[in-house]
Amino acid sequence: MNTVLRLEQISKGFPGVKALTNIDLSVGKGEIHALLGENGAGKSTLMKILSGIYQPDEGRILVDGEERHFASYNEAVAAGVSIIFQEFSLIPDLDAVENIYLGREYTNSLGFLTRKTMRAEARALFKKLGIDIDLEVPVCGLSVAQQQFVEIAKALSLNAHILILDEPTATLTPSEAEHLFAIMRELKSRGVTMIFISHHLEEIFEICDRITVLRDGNYVGSTDVADTNVDNLVEWMVGRRLEQAFPPKPAPQINPRKILEARLVQLAEGGPINSFTLHEKEILGFAGLVGSGRSELARAVIGADPAYKKEIYYLDNKVALRDTAEALEGGIGLLPESRKTEGLIVDFSIRDNISINNLKKYRGASPFINQRMEYDTTQEVMNRVGVKAPDPMTVVGQLSGGNQQKVVIARWLNHHCKVLIFDEPTRGIDVGAKAEIYTLMRRLTNEGYAIIFISSELPEIVGLCDRVAVFRQGTIVATLAGDEINSNEVMRYATTGN
Amino acid sequence: MQPQATNMTINSSVSSQTAIWLTRIKRSSYIFPLAGLIAVSLVMIVTTENFLSSDNFLNIARQVSINAIIAVGMTCAILSGGIDLSVGAVMALSGTLMAGTMIAGVPLVAAIFIGLGVGLSFGLFNGFFVAYAGMPPIIVTLATMGIARGLGLIYTGGYPIDGLPEAFAFFGRGSLLGVQTPVVIMLLVFVVAYLLLNKTPIGRYIYAIGGNEEATRLSGVRVARYKLLVYSLSGFTCALAGLVLSSRLMSGQPNSGVGFEMDAIAAVVMGGTSISGGRGSIIGTLIGAMMLGVLNNGLNMMGVSPYVQNIIKGLIILFAIYISRERKKRR
Repeated sequence: MNTVLRLEQISKGFPGVKALTNIDLSVGKGEIHALLGENGAGKSTLMKILSGIYQPDEGRILVDGEERHFASYNEAVAAGVSIIFQEFSLIPDLDAVENIYLGREYTNSLGFLTRKTMRAEARALFKKLGIDIDLEVPVCGLSVAQQQFVEIAKALSLNAHILILDEPTATLTPSEAEHLFAIMRELKSRGVTMIFISHHLEEIFEICDRITVLRDGNYVGSTDVADTNVDNLVEWMVGRRLEQAFPPKPAPQINPRKILEARLVQLAEGGPINSFTLHEKEILGFAGLVGSGRSELARAVIGADPAYKKEIYYLDNKVALRDTAEALEGGIGLLPESRKTEGLIVDFSIRDNISINNLKKYRGASPFINQRMEYDTTQEVMNRVGVKAPDPMTVVGQLSGGNQQKVVIARWLNHHCKVLIFDEPTRGIDVGAKAEIYTLMRRLTNEGYAIIFISSELPEIVGLCDRVAVFRQGTIVATLAGDEINSNEVMRYATTGN
Repeated sequence: MQPQATNMTINSSVSSQTAIWLTRIKRSSYIFPLAGLIAVSLVMIVTTENFLSSDNFLNIARQVSINAIIAVGMTCAILSGGIDLSVGAVMALSGTLMAGTMIAGVPLVAAIFIGLGVGLSFGLFNGFFVAYAGMPPIIVTLATMGIARGLGLIYTGGYPIDGLPEAFAFFGRGSLLGVQTPVVIMLLVFVVAYLLLNKTPIGRYIYAIGGNEEATRLSGVRVARYKLLVYSLSGFTCALAGLVLSSRLMSGQPNSGVGFEMDAIAAVVMGGTSISGGRGSIIGTLIGAMMLGVLNNGLNMMGVSPYVQNIIKGLIILFAIYISRERKKRR
């Protein structure tokens, strides 16, 4: 087999993080090569280097045996390397043909568009791929799968012979995915080489020839699909890693009290239906891959986003939880996934951010806020969670990620809250701050809070949670407890569903 | 342990007061507006003869009052990340309705309440569409601007309504303890708005919504409710301005208030309030309105044509926004 693509000893660092260390990858002509690894393993970074979006710090890229330096995405495209992103780069209001020829439209001698030629060419292209698409409607009117096919057609019309598909199936239904695979097989027979990123192991066994696994930015190994199995791959992906210090877990509770019970929650008509129970003083993990519907379920349950159907019991009383204000009244707080856009008012002071949902308390019977009490209470809560800042009037935007997260936590401690939902609380913060957050979370459950902990990082799910609900494609496929909570178990459920 | 704890509380309270004040001054948005007001005033003192007379000051205060009252509602709208373009039309409609109902024999006080009620209702109407239908404020209030203006013209047939009872003159021409009533009303409105924005939870929510609406919502604040309140407030202050204007002219003028939204926005922006919401102050708005008044007054005394004045005003708005953007970048 002749190798069309070789990456040798690729390394890449970003300020404060080493994203990739000495990665090797070699892909043969007409091969479908799976790139596998947990969230944050470095897959996307590697593919961005291959497609010219990032430049490697070290290492070589060889296409057809020749060393190449792609200074930009366009240079990679010109060399026949195209990438289909998770988020599409199509312009929603233009139709398929306009999108495919965007920036390189065919024109006649007068400078007018020759739409007919473009259309005919596009139609021929789609026909070759066996794709049936309405070329007249804006692409936003097409299904997600069809939009993906348009992206693929666009890449092929650019003479791509190396195609990178970054989690193309994440947003597809099973039958759409099958259609995509048929197209991929067709491309393969035409000699197009593909790098396929997916978290769904069974897809990889179905469509891929070879697999390369990355872990924490390191190269773990490559193998033929025929020579491996699910357990083996999970082992490679999860590996044995540096022990992170987690606070000790308490002994399992006997007959724990139910704090929050969500029954038959359905986000959209015809969508998956989920139920779960949160016990007092526990950390319940929501594990799963990015996009597996963890945040969506949690947010719908507490009324942050609308649900199609739900039945919620809070301390055995049925509650409506129509919006976050009702959740707050009931004692349920959300720490959203995106600190800066959903969690904090970045330009405002720590005091303003912490007291935003506590103001009525500082007002008492008077119409006015008692600002001294507000300030002093803020100072107290800051000390309680360990926010490091000169004073409560410090602007939140000036704090480190870890301290910002503590400000978000502090907002909810000032309440009668019993339930806190932590959505990816450690994303983008350094190791030391992470450990502090873990300790804080465990302290809170000891003080009587119940926590739902949504995380894409396996070690913290395994290290911190008393029970873990594993999500796959919008459904809770398993709820693990005690010794069942280990990386391999969780990863297997998240990627295969059983 | 006990005495120590008390000590700490006292200490932290003292330092808390200083810290609050320090950041207030540091983050104060009225240093630039105040400098602007002084600069404009100095120019006027040098270039015109009568600028410094006490008569002229009273004049300016009175002239400023109507725009300043409207600008209070506008400040709330802009702080919350919105805007209200319907102010001038709503003011005209409220004013003509007061005049019209009075002429029709409704008792003076009742007529005033009708006018104020109509302003408030238009505010609620705006607020409903912005807060609960999720429509962009600029479009909603542009639409109600047309509706209010049209209703005012239909109601009056396009003619001013004159012959109002003498007692009504109090609000525009009278005085209270030696101060002109419009100025008293204006100051009252500002005091109430100051307390609302700086001392109550509602004020904090208004700032927070402008700062980051989604974060505010997710922390359990009923954002829609407070947006509704903001536009209602704006409708109400327009009606108050309509009261002062009708009384001052002793006439309900359906064509009054054209372009008032520009003056109100100018006062707010020149007062240092960020057009994208979340930052600014009501005192800044008062300064901004004064600056605009001084400018109008001075340019009039210098004999500058009103047409040219418009251009100058437009340029000053641009300049004010430019400065506030530059300041934000530096932070």
